[in-house]
Amino acid sequence: MKHAQQPDILPGTVGEGLAQRGVTRREFLKLCTTLTALLALPPSMAGAMAEAISKARRQSVIWLSFQECTGCTESITRSHSPTLENLIFDLISLDYHHTLQAASAEAAEHAREQAMKDNDGKYLLIVDGSIPMGNPGFSTIAGISNYDMLMETARGAAAIVAVGTCAAHGGIPRADPNPTGAVSVGDIVKDKPIINVPGCPPIPVVMTGVLAHFLTFGGIPELDAQGRPKSFYGETIHDRCYRRPFYDQGKFAQTFDDEAARQGWCLFKLGCKGPVTYNACATTKWNDGTSFPIQSGHGCIGCSEANFWDAGPLYKALSMPVSATTSMLGAAAAAGAAAGVAVTWHNRSTKAAAKAAHEKMTVQELSREEK
Amino acid sequence: MNQPATRRVIVDPVTRIEGHLRIEAETDAEGRITRASSAGTMVRGIEIILRGRDPREAWAFAQRICGVCTLVHGIASVRAVESALNIEVPANAQLIRNLMIGAQYIHDHVMHFYHLHALDWVDVVSALKADPKATSALAQSLSGYARSSPGYFSDVQKKLKNFVEAGQLGIFANGYWGHPAYKLPPEANLMAVAHYLDALAWQRDVVKLHAVFGGKNPHPMFLVGGVPCAISIDPQHPGKGKGPHFHGGNSGTALNVVGLQTVQNAINQMREFVDQVYVPDTLAIAGFYKDWFKQGEGIGSFLTYGEFPARGMSDPSSYLIPSGVILDRDLSKIHPIDLNAESEIQEFVSHAWYEYSVGKEKGLHPYKGETKLDYTGPKPPYQQLDVDKDYSWMKSPRWKGSAVEVGPLARVLMMYAAGHQQTKELVGMTLKKLDVPVQALYSTLGRTAARTLETKIIADAMQGWYDQLVANIKAGDVKTFNETKWEPATWPSHAQGVGVTEAPRGALAHWIVIKDQKIDNYQAIVPSTWNAGPRDAQGNQGPYEAALQGHQLHDVKQPIEILRTIHSFDPCIACAVHLTDPDGQELMQVKVV
Repeated sequence: MKHAQQPDILPGTVGEGLAQRGVTRREFLKLCTTLTALLALPPSMAGAMAEAISKARRQSVIWLSFQECTGCTESITRSHSPTLENLIFDLISLDYHHTLQAASAEAAEHAREQAMKDNDGKYLLIVDGSIPMGNPGFSTIAGISNYDMLMETARGAAAIVAVGTCAAHGGIPRADPNPTGAVSVGDIVKDKPIINVPGCPPIPVVMTGVLAHFLTFGGIPELDAQGRPKSFYGETIHDRCYRRPFYDQGKFAQTFDDEAARQGWCLFKLGCKGPVTYNACATTKWNDGTSFPIQSGHGCIGCSEANFWDAGPLYKALSMPVSATTSMLGAAAAAGAAAGVAVTWHNRSTKAAAKAAHEKMTVQELSREEK
Repeated sequence: MNQPATRRVIVDPVTRIEGHLRIEAETDAEGRITRASSAGTMVRGIEIILRGRDPREAWAFAQRICGVCTLVHGIASVRAVESALNIEVPANAQLIRNLMIGAQYIHDHVMHFYHLHALDWVDVVSALKADPKATSALAQSLSGYARSSPGYFSDVQKKLKNFVEAGQLGIFANGYWGHPAYKLPPEANLMAVAHYLDALAWQRDVVKLHAVFGGKNPHPMFLVGGVPCAISIDPQHPGKGKGPHFHGGNSGTALNVVGLQTVQNAINQMREFVDQVYVPDTLAIAGFYKDWFKQGEGIGSFLTYGEFPARGMSDPSSYLIPSGVILDRDLSKIHPIDLNAESEIQEFVSHAWYEYSVGKEKGLHPYKGETKLDYTGPKPPYQQLDVDKDYSWMKSPRWKGSAVEVGPLARVLMMYAAGHQQTKELVGMTLKKLDVPVQALYSTLGRTAARTLETKIIADAMQGWYDQLVANIKAGDVKTFNETKWEPATWPSHAQGVGVTEAPRGALAHWIVIKDQKIDNYQAIVPSTWNAGPRDAQGNQGPYEAALQGHQLHDVKQPIEILRTIHSFDPCIACAVHLTDPDGQELMQVKVV
């Protein structure tokens, strides 16, 4: 028995698919509310978002993997909300993806060509991995160089998402002395909108959040100067770290398992790169809000920053002076001071509260907060 | 007379693996493979990037060799530095590493089975014809797994039906559905599709174990000399109620009472899924494909470095998985390995896109290894490789001149040969249940079954490591880091060492040379290089190539037979092809720090 056929459900759309699969409008709205939280939109947008998504065919997505380690793909499989199953069965049509697709060889390449043909100008291209310019033979798929495959596939794409620090900034292959001449997507594709989603790997909800934005608005979110979505990369790890009060009080771990380390004091002196790293690890955390590197006792290595591999020794304290505006304040005040820095309005208070109390905060909780 | 018609079957991309692999198979007129060539088609050069850096941070670079077996290179790297500098890690750190490595196996093997390998055996489209009631009866006859009602399978089938009918097949587009090589009845197909989805949900929960100890997954954090996660519990001071006091109020670290409970929950979920879903599914599916216990053997020789020490890496006799080599199926003798002996482990580049200063015919031990990128293949775009010349970015590692297979089958055989009781029982149970002889292990499905059995063995061992960790903490031992050699000023001016682990895909070792507190040389030989490497100077094949020999292809346009055997090795090609080392400096300006 099919679920209620609402009059606004058009044939061949996500909405029809959801209805047929027995996903109620209520359940779908709940998913959309999660998505609005991801996108830093007012929860009141959930209705409009549900409408926009359910009227569309599942968005065609082509995912190309170049000089990469598959860590970005592994990371997106860890997404708790929406899940990978939500994505690939309900929201997008993942038409080419080496790690997941059933077809190999010619049949796989045909799937890519077919998706490009059927969705010309409309498909979303996701790229992980850098592109070697030193020699086309340094990396090939089906005998085609990475450069040629990227340029050919980019041509008909509506937009490109460069996931992971390798695709966004060149990543580890580009680290000194860059043996293969690795470059980022943005270095060579100049005529398409590109969203950089750096991180080694990126946080799953950051990837799914960007996808959700594209599905909803058919366009790209607001980006910073490095092409990153401001809603996730607007603040430093340090600004949002639950150990920030210890930093402000001058309480530092001197080694990895001293009494201070066990009490969760600040890891600045052990080389933490949190103060210069823009990412959402300290707020969304990893693996369903379980932890993030600093909480598990290791300083941030700065993996979402361009050229972080060459940015200085991992275990040497940053030499940069920390400015008065961010160093002297306690938890609540720091949140206030940071308010000017592209903090999304609706979760600001929650983040500050979470930091003060050090409760883990997940996107689900973010959305609950607003109800 | 006409010459016999031969044909070159090219599989590129090989999907549902990690990385970029290309198989070129020559077949006779009947479609039987006469010679197969395995090529890695992507190179990055991580070792050259490592040179001149601080050895303590090598793990973070090395770990990015692979994001699937996401911690194995981090582990091998910190162990290499610890070996070079004679650092013993505290008992708690060793237990935590065992738990993390064990969790990696269980997570990785289950995902390999359901998300990478299953579609070689499971026809998704056929599941539409299944009777949900009969599927439920089948599932309940195999195990006590709770999600097995007719309604559950009916829902999964309904979802699948609507997905297929909507016309956007996504990841299932262009699969070889309906191929006569698929033998499962519709009900078994439906059950497997349901478990494909369940495993996706399961895997993202169980990796929370890595997040507690390492801050995140993929790519958790490691530390030379121990583990970074300080234990946020003070056993000397009881907290409220009966539990121990944990530090810092609602501050502290992830490794507190809540974190430990998360770890325990993950272990429970792992054991439940392995016992109730993974093991029964493997046996049930394998029962329909007994032909695949008769082909796909490979080399017949096996190598392991060993893993899961009970008393530290310096005491190999305490490893759960022993170290050694088995030659030509002779289980009566385990040959010892000397990782430092220049005559034992060598890499050859006779058919790889590299130059050697000693000429392309000679092998080099990793301490003296060299790698100069020298791409001599066809200019892309190309149709086929010249497999009589150089054809891969992978080298050909050899032990005393022999090609060997590494991975789950090697480990299960090694435990079996060493008399490990649980292994003997599990192997015996499997052979009996499937009614196949012991020789069946040397095959495509033997490899796949070995992966399942070792997952069970490791999942069962997890609880013991966890209990020991908790007992240590309760007894007042919260040490996780040995800081005595942390400062580079305490190091000798020259040191070298080798760090080993058993990655899910097989034996992994990193060799490091430290000079004046910096990395002077760094070399890794990884599992998929052992298995997927090209022919050597004598023309001896690697395991992938040997395993494909003689495969009969039903339809060269749909080479499912090649995929079955290649996937049984669980390829990880980013791992296998990462090598370029400092001797390439004439070609590629090396930064000297």
